[in-house]
Amino acid sequence: MTIRIFVPRDAGAVAVGADEVALALEKAAEKSRTAIEIVRTGSRGLYWLEPMIEIATAQGRVAYGPMTSTDAASVLKAMVADGPHALRLGVTEEIPWLKRQTRLTFARCGVVDPRSVANYRAHGGYKGLERALTLAPEAILADVTASGLRGRGGAGFPTGIKWKTVAQATADQKYVVCNADEGDSGTFADRMIMEGDPFVVIEGMTIAGIAVGATKGFIYIRSEYPHAVEAMNTAISVARRARYLGPHVGGSAQSFDLEVRVGAGAYVCGEETSLLESLEGRRGIVRAKPPLPAYKGLFGKPTVINNVLSFAAIPFILAGGAKAYADFGIGRSRGTMPIQLAGNIKHGGLFETAFGITLGELVDDIGGGTLSGRPVRAVQVGGPLGAYFPRELFDTPFDYEAFAARDGLIGHGGIVVFDDRVDMAKQARFAMEFCAIESCGKCTPCRIGSTRGVETIDRIRAGERVAENIAVVEDLCNTMKFGSLCALGGFTPYPVMSALKHFRKDFGPTPRRLQAAE
Amino acid sequence: MPVYEPWDAERGAEIIADLAHIKGGTLVILHALQGAFGYVPEPAVPMIASALNLSRAEVHGVFTFYHDFRREPAGRHVLKLCRAEACQAAGGDALAARAESKLGIAIGNTTADMRVTLEPIYCLGLCATAPSAMLDGRVVGRLDEARLDALVAEAQR
Repeated sequence: MTIRIFVPRDAGAVAVGADEVALALEKAAEKSRTAIEIVRTGSRGLYWLEPMIEIATAQGRVAYGPMTSTDAASVLKAMVADGPHALRLGVTEEIPWLKRQTRLTFARCGVVDPRSVANYRAHGGYKGLERALTLAPEAILADVTASGLRGRGGAGFPTGIKWKTVAQATADQKYVVCNADEGDSGTFADRMIMEGDPFVVIEGMTIAGIAVGATKGFIYIRSEYPHAVEAMNTAISVARRARYLGPHVGGSAQSFDLEVRVGAGAYVCGEETSLLESLEGRRGIVRAKPPLPAYKGLFGKPTVINNVLSFAAIPFILAGGAKAYADFGIGRSRGTMPIQLAGNIKHGGLFETAFGITLGELVDDIGGGTLSGRPVRAVQVGGPLGAYFPRELFDTPFDYEAFAARDGLIGHGGIVVFDDRVDMAKQARFAMEFCAIESCGKCTPCRIGSTRGVETIDRIRAGERVAENIAVVEDLCNTMKFGSLCALGGFTPYPVMSALKHFRKDFGPTPRRLQAAE
Repeated sequence: MPVYEPWDAERGAEIIADLAHIKGGTLVILHALQGAFGYVPEPAVPMIASALNLSRAEVHGVFTFYHDFRREPAGRHVLKLCRAEACQAAGGDALAARAESKLGIAIGNTTADMRVTLEPIYCLGLCATAPSAMLDGRVVGRLDEARLDALVAEAQR
């Protein structure tokens, strides 16, 4: 009997040797005359165990990891004999880290073959679209609104309201745009879902198209994600052949098609209006709002623009899950959030759970603290524009409003852990430096402010008139926060101000800093 | 190692003509040219402008806005080190300094023998297996000194 072995093709797994493991398994199978079939899947998101491979058994899939190519032969033997092995992790679904999660958006990621629409359907895929095709657009919008879904890119704007605005606009052409310019450090959920379950993104976008009356969609993927670009392009071709894209979506009278466009290394293009400019073939310069993209978006037409995770949440909601989705979460943050644990962390990866879990649970309990084994000193939540939180704020629940109340943001759900060796003045400087490198240049507070910020923090670190220069940085942050056109200049103050507020002793030539410099 | 064609205006014109119908396709064309030649040769800019009915300044503006597009050929190998926060938290700064000293160049430069271009990249999305890098399109995670040294040696070959 042929043994089915699942090996991830996710870039995170490939970066730590998944391709070599697949090759070694094939060789070992040939040598031991074992009939195997290797299915390349996405990642389950337990990255400290990657490359993690799985075998289909009567009890469900059984996982082994972290694999190296030298383990292939012995693991294969253990698989055939159903015997013990040091790398055997047991039934995958029973691994506590996975079992504790609520996987609605990521239910199929790491499970299915991302190139097979049949496999996607066999795991519940396209149920949302099938139902949407039987509904009036108003009913689709009602479901999205009822789910409480808010934009997962970071801004948290209610998705239902955005879609309704586009649906009500009249135009000869409307567009659906997927923002896959996931540039925040510490985030990789968009990449994972595009590589591991691309059809869920396609299905979500298709439903959006039907709901608002758009026939064309674009997925703007950053160039740093070549694996995701390849996965999405492949899935789009497959979906087209299966008539899930094209002139008669799912056999209906609806028409919808998709195209992937690749970015070119500009972080600011993750900002929606800058992304639209880039899609139109121009410099990624931020547009002033209003008009909102919902009225005048891509090529001046009404446009739904959402993050990958927002679209990926839609199929579950439309498959009759609107209420079930809304039942998860707290306050105005409904549903689940795919949280990404990264940086200096023992158990890094993707943890999808209902809103409301505390930062401390995520970092200490689920993440297991630092990989270095040293104490956690700071965590940055929400990417380069997110605040640094000290341990004292670890009781903050993961919720849009709770983070905002503590001068932070959940952004795209990335958490980067730093140990006690971190120099927070250096991190504050980096925030300004990154803003200076990536600023589109349109507005002065961002363009000039970031450069002045770097210079001023350099003076502070050199011990030059520390108190006065800190006041300058604070004033600068205030100007950037309220005077910038978009979140790049507007939110760069978050990491800077939080570092100043919670880690003041790192600013100025303190013993800590001098030690670090030695 | 990627293999690129030498710049040839006729071939460039062909690439541009093939893609000129794409709405808002300036980036698509620039990517295609760089994919073929390894950089975007200066003479291509006015060619794109005339094919898309844009001004030369507009195309130049787009070309220079994005970090990805090169004015000159890169080294034979391009080693990109992730310099963003998650990799910083995992010891990326020290590794970047080590790569610079091994190659004898600062990040953002190419070795004199044109073998290796060392570049920063702001996030490969491999943040749970940090620090990470990309060598000619191949991703590498969980970098430590030994793995970095091996990557640098491979790039120098």
